Amino acid sequence: MSGRPQRELLCQGNEAVVEGSLAAGVRFFGGYPITPSTEIAEILSVELPKVGGTFIQMEDEIAGIGSCLGASLSGAKSMTATSGPGFSLMQELIGFGCIAEIPMVIVNVMRYGPSTGLPTSPSQGDVMQARWGTHGDHPIIVLTAASVLEAFHMTVKAFNFSEKYRIPVILLLDEVVGHMREKVLLPADEEVQVVNRVKPEIPPDWYKPYEVTNTGVPPMASFGEGYRYHVTGLVHDEMGFPTQVKSEVTASTDRLFDKITRGFADICITDSYQTDDAELIVVAYGSVARSAREAVDQLREKGHKAGLFQITTLWPFPRTSLENTAKVARMMVVVEMNRGQIYREVWRVSRGRWTVHKVSGTDGEMIAPQMIVDAVKEYGQWR
Amino acid sequence: MALTNRDILHKYLRHNKRFPHIWCPGCGIGIVLGACLRAIYDTGWSKDEVVFSSGIGCTGRAPVYVDFNTLHTAHGRALTFATGIKAANPKLKVVTMMGDGDAVGIGGNHFIHACRRNIDITAVIVNNMIYGMTGGQQSPTTPRGALASTARTGVVEQPFDIAELAVASGASFVARTTSYHVHQMEKLIYRALAHPGFSVVEIITAAPTCFGRRNKYSDAVEMVKEQKAMAIDVKKAEGMGFDERRSRIVTGVLMERDAPEWTRTYAEEVRGESPAGDSGNSPGETTPEETK
Repeated sequence: MSGRPQRELLCQGNEAVVEGSLAAGVRFFGGYPITPSTEIAEILSVELPKVGGTFIQMEDEIAGIGSCLGASLSGAKSMTATSGPGFSLMQELIGFGCIAEIPMVIVNVMRYGPSTGLPTSPSQGDVMQARWGTHGDHPIIVLTAASVLEAFHMTVKAFNFSEKYRIPVILLLDEVVGHMREKVLLPADEEVQVVNRVKPEIPPDWYKPYEVTNTGVPPMASFGEGYRYHVTGLVHDEMGFPTQVKSEVTASTDRLFDKITRGFADICITDSYQTDDAELIVVAYGSVARSAREAVDQLREKGHKAGLFQITTLWPFPRTSLENTAKVARMMVVVEMNRGQIYREVWRVSRGRWTVHKVSGTDGEMIAPQMIVDAVKEYGQWR
Repeated sequence: MALTNRDILHKYLRHNKRFPHIWCPGCGIGIVLGACLRAIYDTGWSKDEVVFSSGIGCTGRAPVYVDFNTLHTAHGRALTFATGIKAANPKLKVVTMMGDGDAVGIGGNHFIHACRRNIDITAVIVNNMIYGMTGGQQSPTTPRGALASTARTGVVEQPFDIAELAVASGASFVARTTSYHVHQMEKLIYRALAHPGFSVVEIITAAPTCFGRRNKYSDAVEMVKEQKAMAIDVKKAEGMGFDERRSRIVTGVLMERDAPEWTRTYAEEVRGESPAGDSGNSPGETTPEETK
């Protein structure tokens, strides 16, 4: 796919995800259709074969993520796309990807739930499921996007993080971003920074597929390259063989977390707008961040010292960035299309330093700027 | 020079893996794994190009002992991973070993769709008619009336016929044998490996600990003898009624036909590659080379 020039497009968020995935080098998509994510599968079914890649429509979402994990072991950058119900089905194998350290990208274009819910009104209800949906203690990387252009860039980031840290990365879009059309200027392929997994360079006899390395991320051989090794969902030792030895179990699990902890500064992406002197900070992510930015402008016009803290990396939660941004803040208002999933994180990080309020959009509609402005006034204390 | 059985086992079992294996005395899984290794040896494939995968259960533990690219996936999902592996790099030789619960219980949907897709994967299914690893619960192939820890008065459901399910779902090579018929097993697995398409070999085996004890078999030998007595060649079974067929173990090749194979069809019809050309979509250079 090298060689696509810089181009101006009018496209949906879902189309931008496809563009981003191609720029990042996707070569495999396995999935199952579900609104509002289906455009991603439809377009990749056309585009992947053009670059020598493979698209396969599987029998369900479990098979979709399973095929992606398999394809990644074959060396292909892999992606699947779904929405809430399918995302629920994928949870078990997300855990497999975490413990076996297999890079792949899962796009969840969130819709209103639970269950079939409101097909297919927007929601941000899968934030906690993205963090904790698979069983067991595990690290995860979850990104989001507030615009069509961000959907492009965050898809590239998602692939890069998954390759760099050998972990499934989840891209959480809300239906608004997935289906909204915007004019975007996409960079030429050669200007897109692409990260590829580190491959072993040592003789196969020396290869330890889950070795503790100085980056915390062991090099990954593809099946068929001469490094015959074992991949399992069982807790394993450095050779990939199942173990129940306490010291090896602890070392293995610790390393899974450690590699992500070390990457915090690299992984945590946030944006601050008008926050230098802000006494009130609106916290938002996804399409809501657009409304929140407008709300901040309106509040500023009225003389209020308001700012926006936009979260792009939801997990690991960008605690340090939030604390650094909130030096003079007295109050935070977390705006999201759920009943307060990131609100609780902000409250946890606040440790009493700020009052934390929430604005919840739970009617299947976008949150308009006026709703935020009105809510802020309602929380009183505001001049 | 052909290797002896002992040489073949020595060649393909992992030297750096701690043995013994986890299987009970009298279990048929080891017999099936041995036949797989001899059949793989007969194909002449290098160890580097073979992917040996499995799901969860007693049979799911097989890959860890063998010196290929090995993958022990989640319960029922072996074929989904195998499909991705093969689709992304058709040069790899993908073998999947599953138990009955894994293949047609929790993984039943994936199984019939893999058959339908006819992707070039070999599924070796060890059918011991019970959930062994969890201690003897009924499986989708436990015979009607047999006792299981979750069917104390006997199973009230009828069992799946795995091989016939595979035929009906579109697998282009389907065979069945028992753990008594070791030579036939080896030959059938070899034919399945060599077959270009989705191939299924179902092997009826004994689970003396989890099935035999509860169902009043004195030992594994009695169970294997029963397999011998119940087996009937597919040609002799022709003309038998449904119930009679189901009361026997119909062995041999139940289906062998030419059918469009998924990776090849995708390469030619979707990517527009020439049929003669290499259909491989190898992301890395696959140059199989024996290292041991």
